[in-house]
Amino acid sequence: MSEAKKTPFYEKHVVLEGKIVDYSGWLLPVQYPKGLVEEVHDTRRKATIFDVSHMGEVSVRGKDAEAFLQKVVVNDISRLKDNAIMYSPVCYPDGGVVDDILVYRIDGESFFLVVNAANTDKDYDWFKENVFGDVELQNLSPEYAQIALQGPNSEAILQQLTDVSLGEMKNYHFLPEVKVAGVDCIVSRTGYTGEDGFEVYCKNNGAVDLWDAVWEAGQKHELNPAGLGARDVLRLEASMPLYGHELSKELTPLQAGLDRFVALDKTVEFNGREALRKQKQERISRKLFGLEMLERGVPREGYPVKVEDQEIGWISSGSYSPTLDKFIAMAFLDPEIVRQTGEVDVMIRNRSYRAGITKMPFYRREK
Amino acid sequence: MKYNIVDGVKYTRKHEWARREGDTAVVGLSDYAQDKLGEIVFVELPDIGAEIEAGKGSAVIESVKAVADLYAPVDGTVVEVNEELLDQPELINSDPYGDGWVYKVEVKDESQLDALMDKPAYEKFVVEEDEK
Repeated sequence: MSEAKKTPFYEKHVVLEGKIVDYSGWLLPVQYPKGLVEEVHDTRRKATIFDVSHMGEVSVRGKDAEAFLQKVVVNDISRLKDNAIMYSPVCYPDGGVVDDILVYRIDGESFFLVVNAANTDKDYDWFKENVFGDVELQNLSPEYAQIALQGPNSEAILQQLTDVSLGEMKNYHFLPEVKVAGVDCIVSRTGYTGEDGFEVYCKNNGAVDLWDAVWEAGQKHELNPAGLGARDVLRLEASMPLYGHELSKELTPLQAGLDRFVALDKTVEFNGREALRKQKQERISRKLFGLEMLERGVPREGYPVKVEDQEIGWISSGSYSPTLDKFIAMAFLDPEIVRQTGEVDVMIRNRSYRAGITKMPFYRREK
Repeated sequence: MKYNIVDGVKYTRKHEWARREGDTAVVGLSDYAQDKLGEIVFVELPDIGAEIEAGKGSAVIESVKAVADLYAPVDGTVVEVNEELLDQPELINSDPYGDGWVYKVEVKDESQLDALMDKPAYEKFVVEEDEK
């Protein structure tokens, strides 16, 4: 594997004493000195800034851009208006997942895709393999930096830096050309935490100015940095899937409970349609459920789940939840058996710990 | 020194500490270890009467992100465990050498305890660890 890359914000993390780790080939902070638990609280109560420059960006342009996207994503892009964003899994013909992405519609012939860091190259190759007609693909990932500003104070912080009225920007909407502190940015009202917030993209050469301006503007709004550790826990609390855990080549979006993002009735043929339609009719042997530990114990990825000594699935993500002060997990379980029982055993180091099936999301912010 | 390394206890290379109390030793995790682990959210204690072996796993300490074994500093029999940790595992973070103690072991061979690092030796060891 090649040497891990630094984002334009690397020096910021060092100054802020972030604990740097190699994440999908990027050197990023897993946490800062305040610690993961406080970073989660800061995000829910005030505001935090994350370096998410590792995320990949792909531009799709041309007369056939929409038709191409309709073929590769499982959600229905035709319902997307200008300046709106749609979440969608990207599937293989067998229904397994290539990646889960955000599709930004700039206009009918220009889209901006945000993909997972670890999948960027694989996705780009997959798109190229599926491309047809008048479509120009461009992998912008190496040129773009990204900041996620998350938490209830986010709007007040960002508004100081731009003339655009952020109050009018709805959730899952964006503007492609915004000056933030004089830097050309794409600003979207999105995030991976379950809080209100923004994701701000800019070219690498403006990144440090952007960070400094956001940091400065955040000082009177109790802005703190947060790392990958908090990001993972926040997304788990909000029950958002993470590729490699809840989604993979071997798992379909229907198994992950993402039915509302799978437009099976889409009029055009798309990758995975037949397989997913078929799966929808059949009994699914493993489906995603929420678990809450009834006995104290930390459920972690890969731990087996049992009912009366029979293995019925596995934990895909689990953690202590600072917001709920509970131990929570997402698990792929046999739905037939879950229907018959509200409780299961999570096997932790060969000992069983009781857990209850619970509704997801575990946490939902009050609007 | 960034970490609180106290006098009067002995340290292992895996960052446990042991403090002699008569025939027994009180065992816990060093400040360095708790700092590296981060917020501790779960502790699995040994059973009272359990025979433990120096260098082998004797308890499990879990932070939000990590699972860590607490390796026994000496051979012996567990005679007491800190049940406070079951409800307040964070005591290991806030008071690693005091209320955050993990268990008490009846020491078989005193020389094992003597062979562990004292404060100056452990200070030096921690500096080396951090430079890795």
